Amino acid sequence: MATTTKIGLEIHCQLTGAKSKLFCRCSSDYRGKAPNANICPICAGLPGTLPLLNQKTVEFAAMITLALGCKFPDDIAFYRKNYFYPDLPKNFQLTQYNAYSITSIGVDGKLEYGNGKDARIRRVQLEEDPGRLVYASGSMDTSVYVLIDYNRAGMPLVEIVTEPDFADPKDVRMFLDKITSIIEHLGVCDTKLEGSVRCDANVSIDGGNKVEIKNISSFADVEKALRYEITRQRTMASREIQVRSETRHWDDARKVTKESRTKEEEQDYRYFPEPDIPMVLLGSEFVSFILQSMPELPDTRKERFMSKYGLSAHIAQVLIGNKELADFFESTLMIYLSPKEIANWIVTDLMSFVDERQKKEEDKQHLLFAGLKVGPEHIADLARLVDQETINRATAKQILGQIVRTGEMPSALAKKMHASRIDDASVLAQAVQSVFQMEQAAVHDARRNSNVANFLLGKVMKITKGTADPKIALEMIQKKLKED
Amino acid sequence: MPLPLYTLEAGQVVEGIKNREFSAEEYISQLLGRIEKVEPKVNAFVTLNKEEGLNRARMLDKKIRDGEQSGPLAGVALSIKDNICTKGMKTTCASKMLESYIPAYDATVIKRLMSAGAIIIGKANLDEFAMGSTTEFSRHGPTRNPWDISRVSGGSSGGSAASVAALECTASLGSDTGGSVRCPASFCSVVGLKPTYGLVSRFGLVSYANSLEQIGPVGRTVSDVVSILNVIAGSDENDHTTINSNKPTYSLQERKGLRAGLVMEFTEGADPGVSKMIYNAADTLEKQGCKCEEVSLPSVQYALASYYTIATAEASSNLARYDNIRYGFDMNPEGYEWNSYFAKARSNFGEEAKRRIIVGSYVLSSGYYGKYYLKAHQVRSLLKHEMETLFKRYDVLIGPTMPILPFKIGERIDDPLKMYLVDIDTVVANLTGMPAISVPAGFADGLPVGLQIMADQFAEQTMLDIAYLFEQAAKVQRSPEL
Repeated sequence: MATTTKIGLEIHCQLTGAKSKLFCRCSSDYRGKAPNANICPICAGLPGTLPLLNQKTVEFAAMITLALGCKFPDDIAFYRKNYFYPDLPKNFQLTQYNAYSITSIGVDGKLEYGNGKDARIRRVQLEEDPGRLVYASGSMDTSVYVLIDYNRAGMPLVEIVTEPDFADPKDVRMFLDKITSIIEHLGVCDTKLEGSVRCDANVSIDGGNKVEIKNISSFADVEKALRYEITRQRTMASREIQVRSETRHWDDARKVTKESRTKEEEQDYRYFPEPDIPMVLLGSEFVSFILQSMPELPDTRKERFMSKYGLSAHIAQVLIGNKELADFFESTLMIYLSPKEIANWIVTDLMSFVDERQKKEEDKQHLLFAGLKVGPEHIADLARLVDQETINRATAKQILGQIVRTGEMPSALAKKMHASRIDDASVLAQAVQSVFQMEQAAVHDARRNSNVANFLLGKVMKITKGTADPKIALEMIQKKLKED
Repeated sequence: MPLPLYTLEAGQVVEGIKNREFSAEEYISQLLGRIEKVEPKVNAFVTLNKEEGLNRARMLDKKIRDGEQSGPLAGVALSIKDNICTKGMKTTCASKMLESYIPAYDATVIKRLMSAGAIIIGKANLDEFAMGSTTEFSRHGPTRNPWDISRVSGGSSGGSAASVAALECTASLGSDTGGSVRCPASFCSVVGLKPTYGLVSRFGLVSYANSLEQIGPVGRTVSDVVSILNVIAGSDENDHTTINSNKPTYSLQERKGLRAGLVMEFTEGADPGVSKMIYNAADTLEKQGCKCEEVSLPSVQYALASYYTIATAEASSNLARYDNIRYGFDMNPEGYEWNSYFAKARSNFGEEAKRRIIVGSYVLSSGYYGKYYLKAHQVRSLLKHEMETLFKRYDVLIGPTMPILPFKIGERIDDPLKMYLVDIDTVVANLTGMPAISVPAGFADGLPVGLQIMADQFAEQTMLDIAYLFEQAAKVQRSPEL
């Protein structure tokens, strides 16, 4: 049975690059601090305090707005979203709102992703993060009390809301990868930090009721949550059970979506404009300032990698898909300019070591090359050795395999390997000698047909169990063929 | 016998202490004695700052003996409305919800006053969270009018105005959201000023209705009010709504020939006794060379509805934070789920605060926003436009501050609508963001009447010129017998 699936996303990313909170001077680096140590009278919502808009966050949100092809309103404003919850110090959240007039920083955008696909962006808005509730026993259902940590309260968030333009969870994954690469390139959010990017999704099939999925802790889980939810809804449809319009929570441990225990009735948030923050005029000067100060976006970088360095679209795409990878590539070029060679080493060979590690879920939060002892200087050195034919590609690969663990420079290791081969020259000579004795007919042929020398080389490699340097061994064979 | 020190004006206090005619310690001691004597009758204070006040006075005396700079308000003793945050000193907002709340920081105005040498003598009574026009809605009991202690002091800055009138301090700071400085100033026959919105920092003022309110000085003379305004005015990096301008300095100057518009709607709606005093005041101004004409402000009929819509909307959201989690009073959470705990704790708001939270939540609820909140803002623009048009022809607009005389305690407390109606003349200045001042105009039936003078935005100097001119000419009796 054919079904149409519609998926929309609501992405939150913390502007960790802004250094301070959205409405006060507290640090945005709250992780790992003692509970309620990263607060001030403003973000704790003490009586008499007023919000002070952090200018940097407006600039960052504007960059995201431009990167997602959204339009700016002439001015932006903040609204109070009123609801009671213990993680909200003021019992309202400062956010933006478009019901009465457009006040959010971006609207009506479109982002291309994957190969020629695109999704419409409904809006981009700035808002504050609430505090964190810490349940004594780890879960809401079984705890008798809850602890509140306001260290996160007031962190600047950019909310990106898409239209329901996705049909396949795989596309969602690709879209989220693109968003990650964009915000990393803009330097506005360190996506590696736990909880710095979060995503809620809504799913409906065959024009049925919309189900919201919340509590998805990482981008990686979004695809899983969506697959589960689509299967659930399809199963219900096949049994002719109507899907209810509801909010479901992703259970990270059991990998299922489940009904929310707390009744989430239709809340009336009583939105109204925040009187303490005057409207912020954006204007063309601001926009051109943002355009000027905006770092290179991944798409532009890809173009540049292709035109300037002659990389293939595929290789360039792999590099820009992760800012860390692209930066590594360019840092390597600063040391030794051999773009194609270096790109290959990074994308094909170096990544093979990363992939191993990435299979482990827990490593997703870490830097790509964390634990690998290689830097751009190693790859530059390796590429130079290959280019100068000091070593061949097979040896280079062998060297890479070792230095990712030891951090030794490739040239130093190559020198050592070379030295050990000279020591072993007599062993190799003996091996060649015994092959010449065993394969006299082949030696005879080889003197007339140089191609047969390769057969002899194969024999040498066999009795040395592959430890011989084939280049040196072949030289030795050819020399001996002439001598005798 | 010379006049007691506590009768002195701010300027005389500063000079007297600086010239070592008397010490700051003597002055503060005398005031504390006066407070002890009259406070049982007036009930203007919520908290007294005796020890700390005396310490500050002694430090100031030492500074002066050592020949150091002492500041433009050196030794001036202020009562501070108890909704303005004072570091280390209780700030209760006359509410159970903040009964033991001690702020961790000083309001910007407090910082500025302290560095000018002022001494905080205590925190003044108010209606809970500044919501009221009589100071009857206080957890600490009503503040009584020093001119007749059976009557209300006005509000919500009743403690501020009464403490100034009763000679319990040199001057005071109040806050004015819909007339809360001018109303008690009028009822207690003192001077009360509401600055242009954005002239004085609100950082540290516990919010009731952010888009309407300003902190304002209360004093026995225009001169005292000017000295305090000069210290507190000017932009503040902690309040985005303060304008980016150089710090203004206001002076007392005799200016003749100013044009005043007497607002018909205000005099027509007032008690005859009040109206008569206001027409007298207009005569006095004319005699001083001012040109007075009757003018009309038709949109004023919508002002109260607009005011109570906006004020309650903002209040309902501002008061949401009082859930007894981060500060508040002792209440065991055992046996409650957080929602029921919030509800139980918040049932401790007083009647008037609850009423405004409910009204405010209603006008903001989905589907009603356009009908109420948005419409209220349209009225606001309309009023502002009408006022601006009038200010092209007149330097100031005048009228009564309050349409009625101070009434008996308890008289209107059970009739909210009747209570709201007394704010009719004062809310216009808050809705339009324009400055206004109430100066004593005399007495009707032995009770004080205040003359309200309004000016265009940031035209405080012109407003003060007329106020000073009137004060000098009218020579209204200063303080009551207590």
